[in-house]
Amino acid sequence: MIKLIGILIIIIGFLLKLDTIAVVLTAGVITGIVGGLGFGEILETLGEAFITNRYMTIFFVTLPIIGLLEKYGLKERAASLISNLKAATTGKILSFYMVLRTIAAALSLRIGGHVEFIRPLIYPMAEGAAKNKYGELSEEETEDIKGLSASVENYANFYGQNVFIAAGGVLLIVGTLNELGVEVSEKDVSKAAIPIAIIGIILAVIQFRIFDRKLEKSKNKN
Amino acid sequence: MALEFLYILAGIVSLLTSIYAFKDKELKTRFGTGLFWLLLAITFILGELIPAKLVGIIVLIMGILTATGQVKVGNFKETTSEFKEKKSKEFGNKIFIPVLSIAFFAFVIGQFTSLGGLVGLGIGAIVATISGLIITKAKTKEALYEGNRLLQQVGPFSILPQLLAALGALFNAAGVGEVIASGISKAIPADNIIFGSIAYCLGMAVFTMIMGNGFAAFTVITAGIGIPFVYNQGADPAIAGALALTAGYCGTLLTPMAANFNIVPAAVLEMEDKNKVIKTQAPIAILMLVIHIILMIVWAF
Repeated sequence: MIKLIGILIIIIGFLLKLDTIAVVLTAGVITGIVGGLGFGEILETLGEAFITNRYMTIFFVTLPIIGLLEKYGLKERAASLISNLKAATTGKILSFYMVLRTIAAALSLRIGGHVEFIRPLIYPMAEGAAKNKYGELSEEETEDIKGLSASVENYANFYGQNVFIAAGGVLLIVGTLNELGVEVSEKDVSKAAIPIAIIGIILAVIQFRIFDRKLEKSKNKN
Repeated sequence: MALEFLYILAGIVSLLTSIYAFKDKELKTRFGTGLFWLLLAITFILGELIPAKLVGIIVLIMGILTATGQVKVGNFKETTSEFKEKKSKEFGNKIFIPVLSIAFFAFVIGQFTSLGGLVGLGIGAIVATISGLIITKAKTKEALYEGNRLLQQVGPFSILPQLLAALGALFNAAGVGEVIASGISKAIPADNIIFGSIAYCLGMAVFTMIMGNGFAAFTVITAGIGIPFVYNQGADPAIAGALALTAGYCGTLLTPMAANFNIVPAAVLEMEDKNKVIKTQAPIAILMLVIHIILMIVWAF
């Protein structure tokens, strides 16, 4: 049981809104100690994982160009493109992206990303559509649109990816089960992932529609 | 090799940010901020050349810097919205070419070569930077400055995914997963497929929330709970397996431990509330988890 102390530290740290990085490091070091690792071993595990997981931070290389294009009006252009579509709403744009991104994930097409797509293109379009219709937005409404724009990327990516027969997740399922003596093929697993991909799209579209309605209601009141 | 080259490029972006921070006279914590980005740059540029123990020490120092409030966002020359509007009219839709070329190269290289999508993303970023500089006729220095601005806005959160992966490695080394799996398996009756399905899906979601990673959860929870309570009871392995992993992803949507999906995007989109992405996703994630449990009971058996 004492081994779970790291989880407790994380939960308390997040609840008290302490510095996240310090909380994570503390939890890691203490878990290592109660798990019987020496301090040298802890440092080594920490350092090794940090280096091998550098790929998670590779988006740094896209920052200069995204920043430059923003300076030269990328977001404004994305918003004005949307203003030509009179019927566009935040929810419709996000729904369209949800379908497109799920299909891309299912085909293992690498389209998407919060830094590469959501910030420069999808969010400005989603916000632009709302501004186009209602004029200025409150801070809370902008924050809501940001939240939805970030979520759509995750929904589509997570629930769509295993439809692809050679997705990392499919290979993991087959590999793990075979090792445990349960026979299963990649083809069957990827087929079994289809219903969840479709349900994911449906629920996301409903959430986006609810937002559209809520926005319409609050704007009509004023 | 190609990937190491990209890590060096990423390190250079961090190094530039470090230099800009050190030179930022108005930033009170410029020394700590500059040091943070410098240390990160070193781990990226030198990478595996540094002994792992030393990297561990570097990471702890970075943690001390953020814990003591030494890493802050600097001051930037903001571009006026008049300038942005004017330029966006001037360039028209040409401005989209660089952004789309990132996606295009990531796709083509990931799909048709053995280099992989990450290398594709990097090559795409290089092509995008060159084409972007040509289209906007901007100076290279402007791009570097804007890259520094974005990186400081995202801030120390940008290293959280790597740190959490390291935490997961420590959890694994200490055997945290086995404790959880055995705890859950003691609590449920062995021959009840309803309890079994609930325990498997819920176990996946909860353990993924703790580890921040559905893959790590799948191996532990499948061995500890899936095999005795679901597969050995006659579940279709393809269906139960596929559902279990995406049940884990429901947990990913709910946890700050999956920082690259939930916390970094909040910083990237400059949200006030860093948990906003999780709060937005919560209703969908919980509903999806319930659907997973129901599907496992009625469809896998």
